[in-house]
Amino acid sequence: MAKTYHTTVGSRRYRFVSLAELMAKATPARAGDRLAGVMADTAEERVVAQMALAELPLTTFLNEALIPYEADEITRLIIDTHDVEAFAPIRHLTVGDFRNWLLSDHATSDVLAQVRPGITPEMAAAVSKLMRNQDLILVAKKCRVTTAFRNTIGLPGRLSTRLQPNHPTDDVTGIAASILDGLLYGSGDAVIGINPATDNVTQSVKLMRLMDEVIQKYQIPTQSCVLTHVTNTLEAIEQGAPVDLVFQSIGGTEATNRSFGFDLSILAEAEAAAQSLNRGTVGRNVMYFETGQGSSLSADAHHGLDQQTCEARAYAVARKFHPLLVNTVVGFIGPEYLFDGKEITRAGLEDHFCGKLLGVPMGCDVCYTNHAEADQNDMDNLLTLLGVAGCNFVMGIPGSDDIMLNYQTTSFHDALYARRVLGLKAAPEFERWLEEMQIFQDVSTHRLNDQLPAAFANSLRHLPKEPHHGA
Amino acid sequence: MAHNEPTPIVVENPWERLNAFTDARIGLGRAGVSLPTSKHLAFQLAHAQAQDAVHCALDGDSLEAALTDTLGLTTSPIRLHSHAQGRAMYLQRPDYGRRLNEESREHLQQAAASQQHYDLAVVIVDGLSALAVQQNSAPFLSALHQMLNNDATDWQLAPLTMIEQGRVAIGDEVGSLLNADAVLVMIGERPGLSSPDSLGLYMTWAPEPGLRDDRRNCISNVRPAGLTVEEAARRFCLLLKDARQRKLSGVQLKDRSEEDVLEGDAAQGSTRNFLVAD
Repeated sequence: MAKTYHTTVGSRRYRFVSLAELMAKATPARAGDRLAGVMADTAEERVVAQMALAELPLTTFLNEALIPYEADEITRLIIDTHDVEAFAPIRHLTVGDFRNWLLSDHATSDVLAQVRPGITPEMAAAVSKLMRNQDLILVAKKCRVTTAFRNTIGLPGRLSTRLQPNHPTDDVTGIAASILDGLLYGSGDAVIGINPATDNVTQSVKLMRLMDEVIQKYQIPTQSCVLTHVTNTLEAIEQGAPVDLVFQSIGGTEATNRSFGFDLSILAEAEAAAQSLNRGTVGRNVMYFETGQGSSLSADAHHGLDQQTCEARAYAVARKFHPLLVNTVVGFIGPEYLFDGKEITRAGLEDHFCGKLLGVPMGCDVCYTNHAEADQNDMDNLLTLLGVAGCNFVMGIPGSDDIMLNYQTTSFHDALYARRVLGLKAAPEFERWLEEMQIFQDVSTHRLNDQLPAAFANSLRHLPKEPHHGA
Repeated sequence: MAHNEPTPIVVENPWERLNAFTDARIGLGRAGVSLPTSKHLAFQLAHAQAQDAVHCALDGDSLEAALTDTLGLTTSPIRLHSHAQGRAMYLQRPDYGRRLNEESREHLQQAAASQQHYDLAVVIVDGLSALAVQQNSAPFLSALHQMLNNDATDWQLAPLTMIEQGRVAIGDEVGSLLNADAVLVMIGERPGLSSPDSLGLYMTWAPEPGLRDDRRNCISNVRPAGLTVEEAARRFCLLLKDARQRKLSGVQLKDRSEEDVLEGDAAQGSTRNFLVAD
């Protein structure tokens, strides 16, 4: 039976009827929790909930499931894969102690990596609710998660980018133009990844071949991905398409994932199928996942939980399948979930922290829509904060403007700003390629070449005279 | 070009001419690694316009006049309002935008008291861009009326309705109160940076409150620089007839065009492009 939680402040006695309510009311304010009706009623109630949460032993989360074990395969995954031995060093801690421990000099990068399989998403979510932004940054920076396919992503001092050459009609010349623009600005080491305008197998295979041809011709140490449904990619693999990474949007409850049209067994099948192609050269991480706070509420599949706790549970799904890349698409969902720049920034830092703490190779789509109260300055701030926090990768798109998905994310220029101001570099294999191709005059100081590199100058001679009718 | 020339302050990109092949903001050039001032300000302007489009209120009187004039209406459109009072509330409470307020519901119930049955109810909703609705509603409806008038079927249209602070699903309530077989919602879409004026069309067969997205069909990006009103009206009529014949709408209708391959090249499925031409 679920316990209730009481705290008295002055003459007021606060009562939280369940662990889920305590977690929700302890969450920093945001639109989605207000929409779901789970947010704290007052600022005082929020801090009281945080105080009550701080007193809670971490073991509570192993004994009391937020979504019943019988009802949800994500809960079963979390409980069944929990590593008791790894958990031993932190077993005696409360959530408040856990924050102290994470910030302490005891929690080195190596220790954090050892403890990782003993931390559940709910523990990560709970402690994040007690942390300030600087805490989220400091601890995330200590958590190292490195993955590899044709290059190595997540090494200290590196910031990779996904080159996102989307086009509203999937026009091949239009896509190629954005790929060229990105490569010549040093973008694309995390992945060259296209959101297809038309989401079907035939279209996806065509885009996979397009990117594979470019990667092969220029011998780029990177990987490609078409962000289509996992079942489409499975079919593409059966057809013999050149699949590097399998994409899927994932959520933190079984019902969310069902609304996305998959379950854990399909992801397992997809990972095995992509690994069987043996296309990686330096590693075997073949999955690419996207997440974002609010997706469970949006699918009416949140079980009364706050959106940040649901999000952290999605990382349990992610880490099960050894992804190369995971990113929260933090500002895409709209102001009814994250209202303004402040809420987007907080969520981005929480997601990055929780992902890294759980061992997920976390990146972030630092983004906003035009109906959110956010602008380029908010994105500059979050990008800089995430760069400081050791974020694995961000997006790269021409001039911040995604003309297919109609939202704004970080540009090729933005990534170079972050690399320059924070002294970060691209993935080592890709960095060498940028130098060999003479895209940079000096890659260590982020000086781009003022001249067009020879290999690409040659390609531009093949440009058609007239734009395509479909463009 | 001599290689010992000093680097200019703004370095232009020699591939800027690729702009002819995409609306993506490529070849912007750079000051150091940052955006040149002109490109930075062009972006700021586009974002400002998109934000203004979100917050701009629907000018109901002028739209009503334009519709009456263009379509030769004999009765004025019925003006309704959602449960969301203002823009701030609308943005944070999508559930409020999906239903009519009390007054509007009563108003519509009175208007529909005759128990007359209609083939189609057309609902104009401001959505996230009143600008889109203001600019594209009358031209689209004019094209649609012309197409329906030329059709073999004698289409009975319900009184036109106009809703402020509405979301797509509000059309289902209106369609159901008006006793219509199908409802068409014309709504301002979330403004993109290069498309603050994009109108979306949503169709539901047998509308009733509480239906989910998978029961609706959508035609997107209706605007002068996107899908033309004539083409949008043509596609909508096909959908409408299909829905009427099969007595359904949504994913099951959409399935029929699933395997379309969008094509920029003449050769089907070709990946040929300048990057891999030789």
